[in-house]
Amino acid sequence: MIDPQGKGSIIRLFHVHKNYGAVKALSDVTVDISKNDFLFITGPSGAGKTSLLKLLYYGEPVSEGQVLIDGMNLSRISHKRIPMLRRKFGIVFQDYKLIPTKTVFDNIAIVLETIGKKRRFIEKKIRSVLRTVGMENSIHSLPPTLSGGEQQRIAVARAIVGDPKIILADEPTGNLDEDSATVILDLLKKFHTRGATVIIATHDKELIRKTGGRVIYLKQGRILPIIPPQNVRQ
Amino acid sequence: MIIYFKRAIKDILEHRFLSAVTVVTISISILIASAFTLFFINANAIVNSWKKGIRIMVYLKPDIPDIKVTAIQRNIREMKGVKDVRFISKKEALKRLKDQLGRQSSLLDNLKENPLPDAFEIQLMETFQNQDKIEKLAARLGSLKPVDEVEYGQVWLGRFTNILNLFRLTGFAMGSLFLVATVLIVANTIRLVFYSRQKDVEIMRLVGATDGFIKAPFYIEGLIQGALGGIIGLGALFVLFMFISSNMGRELTSSLFTIRFLSWETFLGIWGCSMFVGWIGCFVSLKQFLKP
Repeated sequence: MIDPQGKGSIIRLFHVHKNYGAVKALSDVTVDISKNDFLFITGPSGAGKTSLLKLLYYGEPVSEGQVLIDGMNLSRISHKRIPMLRRKFGIVFQDYKLIPTKTVFDNIAIVLETIGKKRRFIEKKIRSVLRTVGMENSIHSLPPTLSGGEQQRIAVARAIVGDPKIILADEPTGNLDEDSATVILDLLKKFHTRGATVIIATHDKELIRKTGGRVIYLKQGRILPIIPPQNVRQ
Repeated sequence: MIIYFKRAIKDILEHRFLSAVTVVTISISILIASAFTLFFINANAIVNSWKKGIRIMVYLKPDIPDIKVTAIQRNIREMKGVKDVRFISKKEALKRLKDQLGRQSSLLDNLKENPLPDAFEIQLMETFQNQDKIEKLAARLGSLKPVDEVEYGQVWLGRFTNILNLFRLTGFAMGSLFLVATVLIVANTIRLVFYSRQKDVEIMRLVGATDGFIKAPFYIEGLIQGALGGIIGLGALFVLFMFISSNMGRELTSSLFTIRFLSWETFLGIWGCSMFVGWIGCFVSLKQFLKP
């Protein structure tokens, strides 16, 4: 349901279309996401989950329609304001997107350096988030020396270190074993309880059933009616 | 700022070979450009010192009476730009010639009469020592009735100045070409570094880094490379200068002219120019690659 006033909404999409040439990735998507929501976006491969996430952090512009993020209208966003928009998000990718030549510390530090935080604050904050994700002993390691699950935990640490309002996770457990996936999900839930809005794109229905939360089902770029997690079919 | 410096130095060290190529290219360009500058500064100083010594010789027709000579001398002294006029009689001229010939002066002993004319030696004011003014004054002197010929060495000085101007043009053209080539090479190096950092840049953008945050280390890298290239180029020029000046005859340099190295102002100017070349190379590259 769309609240016409949008009170309490942090993300609003109105009749959004996304085309890649002749291919329609998203068609007429209208959705309202509240502050502190815990939301899954699911659907088969090619349904438009990743495209939808990309539109939120302006990884791609919309072809048609409007996207509002925490009061920012992305149809009118200037190039200079895009970094400001992205600082509202903490993003976790399936392929982690860690810089392989930088240490764990340096990978996470970029987020705080971009907003001009002092070195002492950065060190303290990074140690704290690494403790939260259970990776404090890997602070000086290079990402390629860590396992997939460990790298994803570092990616989560990077996503939460700037205390963003919204966490986006695109197939965060896609490359992980069950135990590692549970750890990552627990971390995202923990951050949700601290007040962040968490949006996870996944095709793993078992994960959705176990975790709970609101579910948006995408099929061929269109949203199907919202369904409770317990009714998500295997 | 410290973060940017650290990142820039790390980048330089990670791409040692590329950075070394850039620094060497900049230093060669700076060496060539500054060698031309050094040559022109010294050549100009020499020409200026020669110009200061320019005299006009006015040769009189034979048998001009003394009273008329005095009147002409007075007339010349009142002309604009004339500092001093000295009459050199034909007798004095012959004596000077004999002194210059030294042992061979006996050749002149058999002359039945003195073939040399009476003359005036005119010294010019400093403000009057340029080609146009000298030519006008010479024309005016030549129009005086008792004057037979006016001579002021204009031909060789004019030729020398023309050659110098040609060198200057060539120097500017070559220097500019080298600097443009250097800018392109720096731009290319930064482009290669940027290519290897493209994934990092993409990730930085995703976590909210501004273009300024991404660009700053590259600009610092360009400035550092420019500064290093400039120092090496100017250092090489200084070594060459010391080598050449120590091998030049001391008597030659002290009696005709003194060759000097670049002044501090010029040195710092060229060094600044070299850093600018590094910076502009980055600018060209990043403008192309960091489009929205």
